[in-house]
Order: sequence, then C-alpha cells, then structure tokens
Amino acid sequence: MKNLDSIFAAYLFGWAVFFVFYLTVAKRASALRGDLDRLKDTLNRGK
Amino acid sequence: MLKRGVIGAAVLFLVGAAAYASFYIAPEERTMGAIQRIFYFHAASAWAGMTAFLVCFLANLTYVLRRNQKSDWLGVSAAEVGLAFTTVVLITGPIWAHPVWGIWWTWDARLTSTFVLWLLYVSYLLLRNMLEEPDRRALLSALFGIFAFLDVPLVFGAIRWWRTQHPQPVIMGSPGSGLEPTMSKVFFFSVLAMHALMVLLLSERYRLEKMRGDFQELQREAEAR
Repeated sequence: MKNLDSIFAAYLFGWAVFFVFYLTVAKRASALRGDLDRLKDTLNRGK
Repeated sequence: MLKRGVIGAAVLFLVGAAAYASFYIAPEERTMGAIQRIFYFHAASAWAGMTAFLVCFLANLTYVLRRNQKSDWLGVSAAEVGLAFTTVVLITGPIWAHPVWGIWWTWDARLTSTFVLWLLYVSYLLLRNMLEEPDRRALLSALFGIFAFLDVPLVFGAIRWWRTQHPQPVIMGSPGSGLEPTMSKVFFFSVLAMHALMVLLLSERYRLEKMRGDFQELQREAEAR
C-alpha cells in the first residue's frame, strides 16, 4: 500500500488529539472533584 | 458509572469499525490510491466539528435570549469539542495534501476559512478565560460565539462558490459529483461514528462544566457566611 506512512501519521495524530482532549477533561474533572469535596467538608464543619 | 463505561465502549467499537471499513471495505480510489482513505477520517471529523459548532451557536443564542446557565455550560463545552475536531481536520488535511498536491498547505478559500474558524473558537475560549465575572463572561462569550459561527457557512460554501485547490464537494455537490456506492456507505458510517464520539466527548465536557457551576455556587455560599 503506497503512502502508508502518511495514512498512519494522519490516524495517529488525529487519535492523539482526541485522546489528549479526553485526558485534559478527565484531569480537570478530577481536580475539581477534589476541590468540591474539600469545600463541602469545610461548609459541613462550619454548620 | 457503569452506564457511561458501556456507552464509551460502544462508541469506541463504532469508531474502530469505521476505521476498519475505511481500510478494508471501501474500494481503493483510482487516481489517489490508498492515501484517499484519510478522507473518511478527515471529512467525518469535519462534519462532527461543524455539528459541535452548531450546538455551540444554538446554546449561545439561547443564553442571549433566556440567560439560562445550562446554555452557557453547553456553549463552552461544544466550542471545546468542536475545536478538538477542527484541530484533527487541520492536521489530517495537510498529511493528505502533501503526497497528493506536493504541498502541505495553500491559502485557498476552504483552507483559510477553516483555519480562521479554528482561530475564532480559540479566541472564544481565551475570551472566557480573561473574564472573571460569570454573568458578563457568559453574555460576552455567547455574543462572540454567535459571531464566530458566521464562518461555518463560509467553510461549507467555500468549495461551492469559489475555485479552490481543495477538492470540489462529493456530497451535496454539483450534478455528476458523488461517491461510489460502497465509498458512500463507508463515509456515512464514519460520519455516524464521529458524531457518536462527538456526543460522548460533549457529555463528558458538559459534566465538567456543570461541576464547575456547582463548585462556584458553593463557593458563593461559603463567602456569604
């Protein structure tokens, strides 16, 4: 198959973009979940 | 959690099946050869990205009319997802173009309007980061988002209205244009798979934005005490 390296590169870089995007969303969600739990604890202790 | 995992696995299966179909089921194009197979990934990503920007536009419009917080959350989520898909389009396009045209890039109407679209939504996200006050941020970014969407019909029409280096449309193109039936089936299956991926990423991103909204509400509650 001619130009296989280009096809491989297109799929590799394309999927890398989706993967990195998903990872950044998951990372941001995880950090925010931690902050949210800490804030909830602080508020509950203050009651 | 289990439901999300099952949906995620189903979407991954669908995009895997679409990739398989574009390599093993779609026939080889006569003039370009194997490199044409990038088309199924490139064009399907472009369609899914445009749909995400349409969702962003509708959410922005709803926010301006109703000042509904959920519309703001949906707007920013769709903008980010649309940007991810457009990034894929801007990467896979030149990789296809180099062996076919002999150049990576040219400033024709389709390529330029797509690059401008990418810049507009990057600006949309930068604008949101610069504004601190939530209501002002939501309104200004919604107005900017409505303006940014004006480029989407331009991207769609660029290969129909002007002579471009980019290939002429094979879907909704001039009479006589079109795809070979098996190619057409594989293409629309790829479009379906990329839309499923877009909806999955959008729902994940929306959950994050909703969580941020809950956090800010609790923060205001804590400050009010």
